[in-house]
This record gives sequence, structure tokens and C-alpha cells, in this order.
Amino acid sequence: MATPKPRVRIPSTAKAGEVIEVKTLISHEMESGQRKDSSGKPIPRKIIKLFIASFNGEEIFRADWYPAISANPYQSFFVRVPETGTFTFQWVDDDGSVYKSEHKVTVG
Amino acid sequence: MTFITGATRRAFLATAGGGLTALVVAPSSVLADAKMVADEIARLYGGKSFKEGRIKLDLPSIAENGLVVPLSFEVESPMTKADYVKTVHFFAEGNPNPQVASFTFTPFAPKAAASIRIRLAKTQNIVAIAEMSNGDVYKATKEVKVTIGGCGG
Repeated sequence: MATPKPRVRIPSTAKAGEVIEVKTLISHEMESGQRKDSSGKPIPRKIIKLFIASFNGEEIFRADWYPAISANPYQSFFVRVPETGTFTFQWVDDDGSVYKSEHKVTVG
Repeated sequence: MTFITGATRRAFLATAGGGLTALVVAPSSVLADAKMVADEIARLYGGKSFKEGRIKLDLPSIAENGLVVPLSFEVESPMTKADYVKTVHFFAEGNPNPQVASFTFTPFAPKAAASIRIRLAKTQNIVAIAEMSNGDVYKATKEVKVTIGGCGG
């Protein structure tokens, strides 16, 4: 499988204190562990199990995902932009890989 | 969704098609039921009594494709350090696993709201449990009728 590619929709500028909706999507099969291959062998589970959003290192929001999350998981949520800073979004895979995306938002 | 490019959409549809085929070939997995969900909630919240209200659940009444069912929610809360929503859990009564997703909020989040897309194996109830910072627990349930089940929820 290709390395999962995160996509994040977040503005690069905001007013101080502004509430914005962040929309994220990452390419991932989210193999549930319920399916079987053509020879009848179960396909092992491999999902992204955790998503974390933080601002300047401080956690804002996290989501624990289970196999009931659709392939290419979408996650939207709300953040406040108190000051110029960096939002970090992290996706943690069952195999321990962490996929990361950083976005600077300027208050002006 | 403007940021789904043609390529990823095709990849996604291919994955979805594969899931459906596997469901037809191997429908043997044991599905969760209302009791498994109740047991899981009891494990987390013991004998707590649940309050009504505050949770706004946005799920379709009828989902044509169980592989991709949009789920949005908002829990009413001022979201201050003194009074905020700590956790919101979602459970499915007719999937192989009772858990769907759990969201942890902090007072830095301006709203206890989020959207995801979920898999539903068949027509079933979705149960939402929201725990507030003062320990109050709210519960909401919604039935979703599924036309084509999503494998492996």
C-alpha cells in the first residue's frame, strides 16, 4: 500500500479567537479484519486507530477510531485560533507509523 | 468535497467494491447486538444514570451504502475550563464490534462537534454517550436503515 497521504483543509490566516472548522482526509484502506481473501484466509486488521489535533504542542482534540470507520477516513472538527501558531495533525496506524501534517495559521 | 481528487475517488470506489464482494462471499462473522453495546457502556460508566438531551446526532434515517454513512454530532456545552465535554463515544448495535469511535475534547476546542464516515453492516441503532467535565453522562440513540451493508464494521 502506498504511504497514506493526509489532506487538510484549514485557512492560512484567521482573526484572533476565530472559530474554524478543520476538514481532514487521509488515504488508507482501514482494513477491518473481517474480510477474507480469495483463498478464504482472514485479511488481518490494519487501521488508523488514533487521530490527534494540537496547537503549538497543546492537544485540542483526539479521536479513537475502530474498524467501523470507513476507508479513507474523513474527520472534521472545530478549533479556535488564539494567536499565530502551528496546528499539528497526527494519524497513528496499527503498525505504529505516524502520519503528520503541520499548518501555520497567521492571525492578522 | 472539493479535495477528493479523481484518483483518490477511484481508489476509494475500488476499495468499496472489494468490501461488498467480500461481504457476499463471507457473511459469517458474528455481529454485535444491543447487549454487547450495553455491556461496553456498563464497563465504562457502571451504574451511572443517563440524561436525555444536549446531544444533537446527525445520521441519515436510510443509508443506501453501509460502507460510507456520514455521522455528525454536536453536544451543547459552553466549552470552558469549568464546564466542557470530555468524551463522546459512539456504539453500533449491529456491527462485528460494538465500538465505532470515541472523541476526547479539551477546553481548547471551541465546540464539542465533529463529523466522520462510518461502516454499518445492517440496519441498526447507533448509540452516543457524552461525558461532561462535571461527571454527568448523556445518551442518545438513532436507528439507521441500511440498504446495502458495509462489510467489516
